[in-house]
Order: sequence, then structure tokens, then C-alpha cells
Amino acid sequence: MASKTVLDELKRTQILELLEQGKRIDGRAFDEVRELVIEANAIPKANGSARVRLGDTEVICGVKIQPDRPFPDTGDRGLFICTAELLPLSHPTVETGPPQPHVIELARVVDRGIRESHMIDVSELVIKKDKSVIGVFADNVVVDYDGNLFDACSYAATVALLTSKTPTWNWVDEKPALVEGDLTPLPVSTIPVSVTMAKIGNHIVVDPNGDEWASMSARVTITTDSDGNICALQKGGSDGFTLDEMVQCGETSIRVGKQIREKLKAAQEGVQ
Amino acid sequence: MGGRDATMVLLDENGIRCDGRKIDEPRRIMIRAGGLKNADGSAYIEFGDNKILVGVFGPRDVHPKHMSNTDTGILRVRYHMEPFSVGERKNPAPSRREIEISKVIKEALEPAVMLEKFPRTAVDVFIEVLQADGGTRCAALSAASVALADAGIPMRDMVAAIASGKVADTIILDVNNEEDQAGQADMPVGYMPNLKKITLLQLDGVLTSEEYKKCVTVGVEGCKLVYEIQKQALNDKYFGKKGD
Repeated sequence: MASKTVLDELKRTQILELLEQGKRIDGRAFDEVRELVIEANAIPKANGSARVRLGDTEVICGVKIQPDRPFPDTGDRGLFICTAELLPLSHPTVETGPPQPHVIELARVVDRGIRESHMIDVSELVIKKDKSVIGVFADNVVVDYDGNLFDACSYAATVALLTSKTPTWNWVDEKPALVEGDLTPLPVSTIPVSVTMAKIGNHIVVDPNGDEWASMSARVTITTDSDGNICALQKGGSDGFTLDEMVQCGETSIRVGKQIREKLKAAQEGVQ
Repeated sequence: MGGRDATMVLLDENGIRCDGRKIDEPRRIMIRAGGLKNADGSAYIEFGDNKILVGVFGPRDVHPKHMSNTDTGILRVRYHMEPFSVGERKNPAPSRREIEISKVIKEALEPAVMLEKFPRTAVDVFIEVLQADGGTRCAALSAASVALADAGIPMRDMVAAIASGKVADTIILDVNNEEDQAGQADMPVGYMPNLKKITLLQLDGVLTSEEYKKCVTVGVEGCKLVYEIQKQALNDKYFGKKGD
């Protein structure tokens, strides 16, 4: 969370001392991701959905697909919008009301990672050019918090999209008409995977848990696609990275991303 | 919500409803106590196709401070539906309907919770509807009671809830989404079985005075069924599952 407690300050010292000895507070290797449990199709009424548990961080994503008006300048492309929200039951410090800046950043970074990878081919989501297109909404809700929401939301949204079934609409009498029973998968071209790394002291660790998140001085989230290209990046936190560190982080994100991508694929295949 | 079929038979000649249930048969109900790590107490309920998660915090400091009461604790309830919980994507901002349901659930729970033991504090109940299929307020209220008990907050009783209603001129238990849309009356009932008190009651639809009596009675009897499942959920968490 954004607020730091006295306990965080004590833990910070402990976390840093352990890192000096090459250890992490929960015993993981520096480039090791926490246990990732994915339940695809957790919300059968949504067009696609997933419940993801990354360590003790838990996120549910539901995808809704429905006809929408295109943006005026992109009448030949469908809409893809990904959101993220921290529910007040996810942590005692989360309050209801308008989203805090860090939650807005979360939603935008998760959206950008998927959007910039061109995972969904929005040019195929057109019902009638300039009049009506298909809108794909992937809404993430965080139900339990233990750090690294960027990756948990990204994985939940990706699996929810991979398992989504799109209805078909025809253009009849100047409006979209639903074709009953005609469901197809979304046009997916790649599987984006985000990997978030935190800088604590002079050490960089992958998938920081809640305690590490509260102790870090800077972080970077890098999204890679199926071809191993980097397609989105966000640096955050009030410290900087050296050039070497950034290069290292890029390589780590490709290597770790590859392992995670297999897990996301397995979750998708599990429901087919 | 949608999915309404004009040709659907709500009640056939054998007294079987559109989803295959008998007139006094509730949908499948599963309640799990606990499950969330950060919340002080939590519960998850599956009530037919409804899926609802409840988290409880407190008693804790009240923010904003002016809401606090020096004589008693206060209960705050937020009922919220996820954008993907219903047929057409719901705007995530709270609607007037959600604000009203939050209020009736709060007032249904208040008589059960011993708030007077915790002056100047707040107990916050957060209800998140992950998937909705008619009767969410009752399912949410039942789960919220379990979550409050799971948080260890002293209570006089748990509130159990279920809806009764009128479909094809017959009083039925546990109104589902289709019956709510196409039926004649829907009556959500919240009841504390030990104290024998009704703490939530709403009705929309027309009932004769006889039907009204029957409808409340059927609802209260249904609540007793839900109550057993609530107790079993707490039992399973704190004393181990049967047969373990």
C-alpha cells in the first residue's frame, strides 16, 4: 500500500540485511515468482474470466463483450479497455471513493501492456465501419493484497481474454443484431506477460510481495510478447536505475515472462 | 440481467418451476467462512448462480471522525456489483439501487451486532457481487452475517435471508432471476431465527392479505434452512469439516 507503517520500517531493515546475504524474506530466489494459481472461467456468466492468486495477492478479472460506438477517428477498429480496481475488502487501508493515483496508474499500466502487445486484433472487431464496433472490457478487481498488483492483474486479464467467447452481431436495420449461439474466441495474436521487478538497496527482485513492495525504492514493470519482444514498460518509485540494471531487467523480463506464458497457456487449455 | 424468455413456463402442471425446483425448494447454497487474508473476517457464498464475496474490518477507528458516536460503534455496509457480474457491463460507480441495498442490509444487520460494546469505532462490511442471478441482497446478507461472526464480533444472532414470492398465482420460496422478472411478487426476507425477529423485509408485487401472510411465513421458514448452512460454514472453519 501507499502508506508505510512502523512495522514496514523494521521489516525493511530485515529485508535489506537478508538481501545482502543473497536471501529473500520468503526464501525465494531473486528471479523467482511466487506460486501462481489460475482458475479460468471463474465467472461463467461473463464472456471470459479468471481468478488469479499470485502468492497472497488475489485478483478476479471478468471480460464483457458488447456492441459499442467506435471512437470518431478509429471507425475501423473495435474497442479494448482494461480497468483495475482495489476493492475495499482487499486491505484495511483501501477506501471507497474515487480511485487514488496509484490505482489509476495500475489500471493504465495493465491496459497498456496488453494493448501495446496487440494481443487483441481490434481490426477484426468491427460490425459496421464508423457506426458500430465490438467493445471488449476487461475489468480487474483486487480482492486480497500482498504486493505486485501489476502482474496479478495482467495475468488475470490475459487469461480472461484468452478464454473469452465473442458473440456475433450482424448489421440489420441500422443497428447491431445478435446472432444467437454463434460464439467464437477473440482474435488473439500474441500472449503478453508483464514482469515487475523491485529495487531494494542495490538488489533487484522479481515479483515483490507486500513487504518487499513497501520496502522498495524503485520498480519497473516490463511486458513482453510471445516473440520475446518488449512491448511496454513502466518505471515507478522515487529512486533510479542504472543503465546496466535496466538492461538486466529487460533480459530478466523476457526469461521469466517465458515461464509465466506457459502457465497462462496451460490455464487456457485447461478450459478447452 | 436479461435472458427473459416470453415463452418460458414459470410453473408447470406438476408444480415444477422453470429451473426444475419444487415450489418450496431453495437453490443450491454453499457458504465458506474465511478465505481472505487481509480482512478481519470474510465469507463467500454461492447461492444458485450468485457468487458473492464479503469482507469485514473492525471494530476500528472511524474515518471521517465526525461519523463516530461516543455511545456506540457504528456499522457501515457497502454493497457493490462488479462490472462483469451482470448481463450488460455495469458501470463500476455505485448506482442508486446499490446505495439503497447497502442501507437495507446495514439496517438488517444492526440488530444482530453488539455495536454498543465498541463506542467510537466502526465495523465495515464490504459486499462484492461477482456474479448476480436474482436474490443478491439476501445472499449478501446471509454471507455478511457469517463474515461478521468470522471476524469475532460479538453478535446476538446471525441474520439469515432468502426471498419468497408469487409466481403463476403460487407462493414460492427463493425467487430466481427469471421469476423475479416475470413473476407476480418478490419478497426478500431477513430473519434472526434465535431471536425470532424479521430484520429485512421488502416487497414488490401485489399480494392479497392471505397471500401476504403465507409469503412471509414461507420466507421465514426458508431463512431457517439458510441459517443451518451458515452455522455449518462456521463449524467447518473452526471445528473442522464433518468426518475430518
